[in-house]
Amino acid sequence: MNEVINFLLCGVGGQGTVLASDVLVNVGLAAGFDAKQAEVHGMSQRGGSVSSHVRWGREVHSPIVGLGEADVLLAFEKLEALRNIKSLRSGGVAVINTQVIVPLTVTSGGQKYPSDEEIHAAFAQVTPHVRYIEGEKIAEELGNLRVANVVLLGALSALLEAGDLLAGMNVDAGTWLKVITERVPPKHVELNKKAFQAGREAVLKSN
Amino acid sequence: MLSGNEAVARGAWEAGVQVASAYPGTPSTEILEAFALFPNIYAEWATNEKVAVDVAIGAAYAGRRALAAMKHVGLNVAADSFMYASMTGMEAGLVIVSADDPAMHSSQNEQDNRAFAKFARVPCLEPSDSQEAKDLTLAAFDLSERFDTPVLLRLTTRVCHSMSAVELGERRELPAEVKPFPRNPAKYVMVPGNAIKRHPVIEERIRAIAAYAEDFPFNRIEMRGRALGIITAGISYQYAREVFPEASILKLGMSWPLPEKLIRDFAASVERLIVLEELDPFIEEGVRLMGIPCEGKSIFPLTGEFDPFVVRQSAVHAGLLPASVMEAAPAPQIGALPARPPVLCPGCPHRPTFYVLNKLKVPVNGDIGCYTLGLIPPLSAIHTCGCMGAGIAVAHGAAQAGSPERHVAVIGDSTFFHTGIPALLNVVYNQSPVVTVILDNRITGMTGHQQNPGTGQTLLGKEAPVIELESLVRACGIQHVRTLPALDVKEIEKTLREYVKLDEPSVLIVREPCALLPEARKKWMPLEVLTDQCNGCTLCFRIGCPAILKSEELDEKTQRPKALIDASLCTGCEVCAQICPRDAITFRPDSVFVEKERA
Ligand SMILES: Cc1ncc(C[n+]2csc(CCOP(=O)(O)OP(=O)(O)O)c2C)c(N)n1
Ligand code: SF4
Ligand code: SF4
Repeated sequence: MNEVINFLLCGVGGQGTVLASDVLVNVGLAAGFDAKQAEVHGMSQRGGSVSSHVRWGREVHSPIVGLGEADVLLAFEKLEALRNIKSLRSGGVAVINTQVIVPLTVTSGGQKYPSDEEIHAAFAQVTPHVRYIEGEKIAEELGNLRVANVVLLGALSALLEAGDLLAGMNVDAGTWLKVITERVPPKHVELNKKAFQAGREAVLKSN
Repeated sequence: MLSGNEAVARGAWEAGVQVASAYPGTPSTEILEAFALFPNIYAEWATNEKVAVDVAIGAAYAGRRALAAMKHVGLNVAADSFMYASMTGMEAGLVIVSADDPAMHSSQNEQDNRAFAKFARVPCLEPSDSQEAKDLTLAAFDLSERFDTPVLLRLTTRVCHSMSAVELGERRELPAEVKPFPRNPAKYVMVPGNAIKRHPVIEERIRAIAAYAEDFPFNRIEMRGRALGIITAGISYQYAREVFPEASILKLGMSWPLPEKLIRDFAASVERLIVLEELDPFIEEGVRLMGIPCEGKSIFPLTGEFDPFVVRQSAVHAGLLPASVMEAAPAPQIGALPARPPVLCPGCPHRPTFYVLNKLKVPVNGDIGCYTLGLIPPLSAIHTCGCMGAGIAVAHGAAQAGSPERHVAVIGDSTFFHTGIPALLNVVYNQSPVVTVILDNRITGMTGHQQNPGTGQTLLGKEAPVIELESLVRACGIQHVRTLPALDVKEIEKTLREYVKLDEPSVLIVREPCALLPEARKKWMPLEVLTDQCNGCTLCFRIGCPAILKSEELDEKTQRPKALIDASLCTGCEVCAQICPRDAITFRPDSVFVEKERA
């Protein structure tokens, strides 16, 4: 494996990036890595851009990931994916939720939301490893929009297993599910397990 | 796994801290929230940081270990108290935690509070991860008692809000009895005659601490290669390890006072000496004063925060590292992206006030809180905002300067309790016709919903007297006082139009719980746009609600997009419904506004 694996998570406030990065750092620990996580919180309002950093490795020093140093970009919203594209290293893995959340600067400010073509073209310049996941649609089918973040984690878990990032390390679905179970309210455990599996299947099906 | 803030709380508990007081402020807030969960302690939200520090000092005078926590600018508010605590010393350990915010993730400036430590002749400890945050909190209390001094524990956002593994310990046992309160005026009453005798004592104390710093276990040398030596502290240590794996490092757990001999020895053992620190060249200047040549801010940025990329890039520029260590960062061609600033939430009770103020075109002097977001277009109704408690007095000053318009000040409930009251008293005493709007959302919103004197609950979950704003404002001498529901657009407009014509000061209190509070969430109920009635007039886009979108459907006549409400975001606050001229937005079945229209 690489010395350290860098994840950058991004999305819009209220989408559940905090839970997702909490799960991710604890999966790293449970799998036997040293792991650190960093995020900025404080503003309660929903709706601003948010990002958080997770690192796994034999020994992790910096809690944050610099520009062009993310091995994995996990984006919960398309515009935010594009905003953080420069964090991804060339050839890194991008997992992008196809959800669109229109910012006010577009609704009442006259700015333009980037088209799918622009987004695809930009990522194609950086890496061939891009997965677009219909997290919102899958979550809706499961009956709860809020689990889109866990759908994305499921997709990420399947991609990590398939890719060479984790060669030699065993971070299996069981580890993920155990951590997720510990971190969501008891009455939502089943739903979140389903969301995680649905995310995995979305990746495995298309392989 | 603990965040740095949780680790400080744990350290304080293990150190036997009995009393902790704080005013919330990012990135420090979670320290008290975490500490409050431990058994057998007292913890409180103070009304402001100065009060918090005085409370902690009182507890330490009484012989119990105490802690006060705040964000960096909180120490500006508390500076007076911090200074006298240094003069008096205490009967038990006192630690002041300052959480600095390089890069201003959620602050109005990025001041480097290590300067306060030197200014007050108080030692400054700087952890670099959660384990050290706990260990240095424990060390800070020992240091405080050993040298009879307050200790400044300086964190930064990336230490406060990063998670890393921490080993837990046991709580230090406290003696059951609290000692009698000291009667020692020579030490605790800082009249000039006593203070003049204390000043040499604290100067001597800081020299003794500097000597102690030579053997302080958290000041340590890690020898690797001799070509490059790095002196560093706090989070920068992590970047030093990451970016310069071959370099030798002098890691300072105490960044003031500096261990001169240790630094000299280290400097002599390496060929090139650099100092890696965020913000001010604080350590660098100390090292230079010793006559030791070093580099620091000539290589690394003075502003903003570091990350491995920034440090690596600066190092390559300075020839410290070969260019080959930089992987070419991707530079995809992308156009300008629409910004996504934080905005007032859907259903935010602050929105109608700013919609009206924007309409009235008056100068608005703001303060700090969620409501500062009234600045963002299309509301665009905040024109000044500097620090907490400033707005009312700035409005008064502008009025006294003869500024030709009526000045309005807007201030949140928590901010009003924090520093708004003296400013309002001043408006009454010195008589200016300032219109103050108190945005009472029944909580301290911005920092994540903390209780305050208006909410009827304490940090420990006890019931408390609810301070009534109306009587408080009247007691300050304001004659024109009115309270309105914060979502009632028409009434707010009517009152503000009336108040800006008065020649005396007035206060409008607008009240409605923050839309994210549990009791408010229970009432969420999305509204709908009746597409047939909407003609795309765009009026509802002007309230800046993130739940109102432009639909794909164009109005036939105007060819403008009709409005669309995102049901997953809308709370049903009815602000858009009230301003829609064509009744194209539904009201709630339990609406108070429909009744009013009919009456
Ligand atoms: C001196 C100082 N202390 C703390 C803060 C952090 N802070 C910013 S806004 C705020 C609270 C605002 O609460 P309130 O006035 O009730 O307004 P709301 O956010 O609820 O709208 C705090 C604690 C600060 N900026 N400055
Ligand atoms: S958290 Fe509450 S007060 Fe703050 S913007 Fe949201 S609704 Fe308004
Ligand atoms: S009722 Fe209107 S203004 Fe209020 S949250 Fe819903 S869409 Fe926004």
